[in-house]
Amino acid sequence: MDVIVENISKSFNKGKVKALNDVSFAVKKGELFGIIGPDGAGKTTLFRILTTLLLADDGTASVNGSDVIEDYKAIRNKVGYMPGKFSLYQDLTVEENLTFFASIFKTTVEENYKLIEDIYVQLEPFKNRRAGKLSGGMKQKLALCCALIHRPEVLFLDEPTTGVDAVSRKEFWEMLKRLKKEGITILVSTPYMDEANLCERIALIQKGEILSIDTPVGITEQYPDQLYAIKSDNMSMLLKDLRKSVNVKSAYSFGEYHHIAFSENFGDNPLQTNLLEANNHTNFKMMPITATVEDCFIHLMTKPEVDEN
Amino acid sequence: MKTETVIKAVNLTKMFGDFTAVDNICFEVYKGEIFGFLGANGAGKTTAMRMLCGLSKPSSGEASIAGFDVYRETEKIKSNIGYMSQKFSLYEDLTIAENINFFGGIYGLSDKELREQSESLIEKLDLRKNANKLVGELPLGWKQKLAFSVAIIHKPSIVFLDEPTGGVDPITRRQFWDMIYDAAAGGITVFITTHYMDEAEYCNRVSMMVDGKIAALDSPANLKEQCSAATMDDVFYQLARKAKRS
Repeated sequence: MDVIVENISKSFNKGKVKALNDVSFAVKKGELFGIIGPDGAGKTTLFRILTTLLLADDGTASVNGSDVIEDYKAIRNKVGYMPGKFSLYQDLTVEENLTFFASIFKTTVEENYKLIEDIYVQLEPFKNRRAGKLSGGMKQKLALCCALIHRPEVLFLDEPTTGVDAVSRKEFWEMLKRLKKEGITILVSTPYMDEANLCERIALIQKGEILSIDTPVGITEQYPDQLYAIKSDNMSMLLKDLRKSVNVKSAYSFGEYHHIAFSENFGDNPLQTNLLEANNHTNFKMMPITATVEDCFIHLMTKPEVDEN
Repeated sequence: MKTETVIKAVNLTKMFGDFTAVDNICFEVYKGEIFGFLGANGAGKTTAMRMLCGLSKPSSGEASIAGFDVYRETEKIKSNIGYMSQKFSLYEDLTIAENINFFGGIYGLSDKELREQSESLIEKLDLRKNANKLVGELPLGWKQKLAFSVAIIHKPSIVFLDEPTGGVDPITRRQFWDMIYDAAAGGITVFITTHYMDEAEYCNRVSMMVDGKIAALDSPANLKEQCSAATMDDVFYQLARKAKRS
C-alpha cells in the first residue's frame, strides 16, 4: 500500500467544525484513486494532511512508506501536489514557473521532460506568457507540469477539473491515464460524480465521513433496488406525481429522465398509472437501468444514519 | 412558444483590443423560459453575460433586457434583474437576516415589503432557527439556495445564474433546480450557465457558445437530434471540440 490512512480526524474552530471524522482507507502503488464528494466534504483537509501541510487531531497516515509526522521532509520530496486554488507564481512566465519548481526539487526540466512532454507541448507556444495571463485550461496544464517535474512517487490532485468545461475535463483525464502508466500513484478529488468511472477505485465522502469505498462498478452493484428511468412530456409535473405515489421509494431528476425506485410490495400497478393518467402525461416511457455512482451517492446520503437534517 | 421577449440581442459584439471576445451574437429569450447558456472555458460566456447585465458596454450591436437598452439604460436593467454566481453570492460575515435585509434594500424594497419578504423567505427555507447565524457557517448547499432566493427577492423579470450549482451535493443540486422551476413557473425568466450536462437537459432551450459565436441554439431534444447524439454531453463535446481558442 502506497498511501495508508488510519482513523484520521480533524476539526477546526475549537472542535465546532468537524472536517474529517475517523477516516480510513489505503491506496495501492500505481493506483488511480478518486475521492468523490461535494464542497465541504473534507477532501482538501485530507489532502493537506497527506501532503504534510496540516496536522491531524487523531489517527495516523503514511505516504510511500513515510509517516506524515515523523518523516514529513521525506514526503515533501516525493509527492506532487496540485492544490484546488491556482497556486503558481502569476507574474512568472510559464517557463520560469516550471524551471523554478524543478530547481527547488534540485532537478532540471530536461531531466524529467519525458514525463511532462505530452502536456507541455500544448503550453510551449505560450512559454513566455505570464502564468496569470493564461486561460483556465492552460493554467491547469501548467500546474500539473509543475507538480510532476520532480517525478513524484505519489501525485495529489485536489479538484483539478472544477470549473473546467466538459472537453478540457475529458482531456485532463486522458493525461491522468497516461501518467498512471508511468507507475505514479494518483489521488484525485472531484465533485463531479461522472468522473468516478474514470478511477480504478473511489471513496465517496460527505461531511467528513467516507460513505463507501470500492471500484466504481462495485459501488453501483451495491445499489439495493432495481432502478428505472422514466420520462414524459411534462417532467416537473411527472416528478411531483411520482413523489405522491406511495409505491415510489425515491425519485430524482437525472437529465433527460427521472430515476425512480419502488418500495418492496408494489403489487400489479407499481406506478399507479391512474395517477399519471389523471394528469394526462403524454409520451410516457419507462425502462429498467443500472444505477450510476450519483444514484448511489444520493442513496448513501439519505440513509437514516447519515441524514442529519 | 409564442410569448413576450425579455432578452433580445442583435449582432452583439465585444472587442478587447483586436481580440473579439463576443462575436456578433443574436438570440432571444422569452418570458418564463429557462435558458441554458453553455460554452467551453474562454468561449465568451462571462463577457456576454456582463453586457446583458449592464456591467460592460458592448463594442457594437444591440441588446435589450426587460425592455431596457444595454447602452443607455443600464441602471434600469440592474434594478430589473437578479444575479448570483458560485463565486459571489452572499456576505459570509453577515447573518442570514442581515444579508436578506441588505440585498432587499439594495434591490429597492420598501421596509414593509422587506419585512414581509424576509419573513416568508425564512419560513420557506426553514431557516427560522438559524436566522441569526452567519452565512459563512451554513453548508454550501443552503448558502446557494438562500442566495438564489435573495437574488429574486425583488421579483425581477430575469435572474442570471452563473454556475450556481458548482460543487453542491447531488440532492441539494436537485432541490436548487426545483426552486428554479418554481421561479420560472412564477414568470421569472432564468438565464443559467452550468458545467453539469444533466442540468442542460432541464432547460427549455440551450445555446452553445464556441469562440465568441453562438454555434447552436435549440431545445435539448432538438440539439441531440441535430448532432445525432445520445446525451447533451455528446452535443457539447461535438461542438466545443471545434473551438480554436481555449
